[in-house]
Amino acid sequence: MNAAGRSSGLPCVSVEGISKSFGTGEKVVSALDRVSIEIASGQITGLVGPDGAGKTTLLRIVTGLLRPDEGRVTVLGLDATRQPQELAAQLGYMPQRFGLYEDLTVSENLDLYADLQGAPKPDRAARFAELLHMAGLAPFTDRLAGNLSGGMKQKLGLVCTLVGNPRLLLLDEPTVGVDPLSRRELWAILFRLRDEKGLSIFVSTSYLEEAERCQQVILLSKGKLLSVGDPADIATRAAGRTFLVWSDSLSPRPLHSGLARLPGILSASIEGKGVRVLVKAEGRPIAELLAEGRLTGCHQEPVSPRFSDAFLASLGEAGEGRGEAKAQGAATVDKSDRIGEDRIVVQDLSRFFGRFEAVKKIGFRVRAGEVFGLLGPNGAGKSTTFRMLCGLLPPSSGLARVAGVDLRTGAPSARARIGYVAQKFSLYGALTVRQNMRFFARAYGLSPQRQRERIEWAETEFQLDSYRNANAESLPLGFQQRLALACALLHEPEILFLDEPTSGMDPFAREELWLRIGEMAQRGVTVLVTTHHLEEAEFCDRLIIISEGRILAEGSPDQIKEPFRSEEMPEPSMEESFVRLIERSRGER
Amino acid sequence: MSPRVSRFLALWRKEWIQIRRDPASIGIGVLLPAILLLVFGYGISLDAQRLPIGVVVEKPNPLTASFTGGLEQSRYFSPHPYGSIGEGEDALRRRKVDAILWLWGDFTRRGLREGNAPLSLIVNGVDANTARLLEGYFQGVWGQWLEWEAKTSGQPILTPVDVEGRIWFNPALESRHYLAPGVIVINMTLVGALLTALVIAREWERGTMEALLSTPVSVAEILWSKIGPYFVLGMGGMAACVVITVGLFGAPLVGSPWVLFLAASLFLLSSLGMGLLISTAFRSTFLASMVAVVSTFLPAFILSGFIFDIGSMPGPIRAFTYLFAARYFVSLLQTVFLAGDVWSVLLPNLAALALMAAFFLGIAWRMSRRSLE
Repeated sequence: MNAAGRSSGLPCVSVEGISKSFGTGEKVVSALDRVSIEIASGQITGLVGPDGAGKTTLLRIVTGLLRPDEGRVTVLGLDATRQPQELAAQLGYMPQRFGLYEDLTVSENLDLYADLQGAPKPDRAARFAELLHMAGLAPFTDRLAGNLSGGMKQKLGLVCTLVGNPRLLLLDEPTVGVDPLSRRELWAILFRLRDEKGLSIFVSTSYLEEAERCQQVILLSKGKLLSVGDPADIATRAAGRTFLVWSDSLSPRPLHSGLARLPGILSASIEGKGVRVLVKAEGRPIAELLAEGRLTGCHQEPVSPRFSDAFLASLGEAGEGRGEAKAQGAATVDKSDRIGEDRIVVQDLSRFFGRFEAVKKIGFRVRAGEVFGLLGPNGAGKSTTFRMLCGLLPPSSGLARVAGVDLRTGAPSARARIGYVAQKFSLYGALTVRQNMRFFARAYGLSPQRQRERIEWAETEFQLDSYRNANAESLPLGFQQRLALACALLHEPEILFLDEPTSGMDPFAREELWLRIGEMAQRGVTVLVTTHHLEEAEFCDRLIIISEGRILAEGSPDQIKEPFRSEEMPEPSMEESFVRLIERSRGER
Repeated sequence: MSPRVSRFLALWRKEWIQIRRDPASIGIGVLLPAILLLVFGYGISLDAQRLPIGVVVEKPNPLTASFTGGLEQSRYFSPHPYGSIGEGEDALRRRKVDAILWLWGDFTRRGLREGNAPLSLIVNGVDANTARLLEGYFQGVWGQWLEWEAKTSGQPILTPVDVEGRIWFNPALESRHYLAPGVIVINMTLVGALLTALVIAREWERGTMEALLSTPVSVAEILWSKIGPYFVLGMGGMAACVVITVGLFGAPLVGSPWVLFLAASLFLLSSLGMGLLISTAFRSTFLASMVAVVSTFLPAFILSGFIFDIGSMPGPIRAFTYLFAARYFVSLLQTVFLAGDVWSVLLPNLAALALMAAFFLGIAWRMSRRSLE
């Protein structure tokens, strides 16, 4: 009620018909195309859209850091293009990567931004104390900003934008690369700022569940405005198109691959024992689609649409869907005879960096054909564990056997049997798609004949033929990911390691990757994967959650959620369970 | 305090903290100049001393012995006798010696009197610098010997050979006396252009520039907050270089320190302008540092007259050197250190530096806008 009362005031941002393009000549890229929006005061407004939708450009134009090619921008009653300096005194803007000086301490950063924002000196001590307390940074004032964890940096960045008492806060993807726990804390702070100070907040995000909490959401795609509104209202646009499907004969994974390939289905994701699907707008009944796909023995029930469904539906209508580029799943590696064997065995594995124990005697087993997830907050020891299992980092003590090879003695021969996709895709940007594949095929020591066969396979399987002679760095992110995966699969590894493969990807590309992962697992490939998108954990057969180098929980997604099931929360989400687990373990300390 | 002043002081303070904590600034601003100063002061010497020279005497007599004895006493040469010209040439080819002195059969008083010097000097011209030095030294030794010989024998030698070589301003030909001041050029180029370009490009890369620009700070405040601290750092480095050059290496500072200060300030400002310009045009640290090295640091070494004499460069390259501020500054430094306040040399060079400083700072100013484009 409160919020509604406040929002009736004047809009704090009003954007009329702005366009912006970058580059010259043939390489002109249109970042924004005649966008008009109004943002109400005293509200949190979310800005969502796939990669390259123009979110950052829009925020920078509102801040006055970029001039639109055409159109008018009025922010807090000022013209953003003509009066940027006057405007800056009333804004708090946090760019991506937080804009902190890493070689300055927490309090030096605060002092700097307070001086720059012209915060009155006498009130400073009290204001700093209040802000630092709110962000939980009070004990760290003398620490260099560069030595803070990702979550703490993000909060310090926010605090620095608040020292000048701004009327409008603009945040550009404040939660990228930050673990779910820190993300929650940040949002709690944002809500407090809105409720207690009546601050207007405009925030871009790639997490749809964050957008769902905003009072107003702006959806951009390819520089165009798709929709604006209350997320709950937007969600209803997908009404009647979302179903939960489960089968008597098929387990969720094969069911998922079957459903995802049906032309009438826009999006499918595993949830619990079934698969949640979003059908295309043509409105053909789900039963008809199932029959067409020869998926017999299936049951379906309508489920209430979520914001993310509407988001995908809008994108699909805007022609941004996965299109025909669905995974083929044909003739990939076949190791199905091995299914069930232990392929990764870890016992009492530890790793020290100096005197710091990054991984503390962890142990788990992964069988062939399993998708095994490794989840945890930033700095939990995920990457360290990952690198040890790939043979890139020798363990300090303990046993690690991968594909039957002890990593302490046979790391090179183990490496020949694994495929590894690193966080940033380790491709050679200046080489073409073909050249990248040829390089990796040679690096894995394939014979010339085999190289040709495998590269041909990869080009068909991942539909890279049309990009064959394009430089890897010029590919859209989704295709870079396909190429990275293709390169990792050229030598037909029986074990695949994927380190945050979906970070920064748009939802369709993410779904496609999970579809592939599922199909490889069905053929006996062992997959180990890390992710910050907790809803993706549902795709794993089993997972472990680690924090501070220790395993907090291990089991199937249902088993992980089980302890948090209660009357108030009959269906706890993976994120909820994760956050509670971490909080509990920190509380015990 | 007005907000403008307090913003400016805040940026200045920030810059100092960063300089203090950043090993790269300490390394580039302090350590590297110190190492260069020691290398140029002690390690590298462009003076030719004890050059190996082959001596072939066709018919030894007291006169040839007197001349080769004179060679032996010169600190510039270390003579190696060879029995025949063939042997000597062989030694030259194998680079055992840098030159062959061939005293012909008629190297006698009569032969000398006849006017044609009965000797030849074959110099290995591969290393042009050494060759030229060697030639000069030899002329000197030859002239001295002729004079001495004439005096001692009481018979004037009627020969047209009358080489008078005199080296001005650096009579001892101590290269460290002009190399050490030259290190000041390198130091100021490093601090002014390279370090400044680097730190601003880093602000773009790390996204802190975006955060700065979203505050009420103005472009002028950002530019001056970068110029100020690095100006102080560069001048401090220069003072240290001067102290070491004069105190440790005993170079004379003939001219006035105030002229030196003025010249250094103008040069540093032009370097800072260059650094600002580079980092505004190239917002990645890698690119900015490469461009800074190629466009300022290398020319300061090669095209400034610091190591290689501009007068002996081919015409087009000599013309090219006028584009670099370092050339004027080196000329100023060498004049102030070794010759004194020679205003006819100083004024045009100071004017050129002032012009360049104004030009680069002006362009940097024009190119910086309060936006990300």
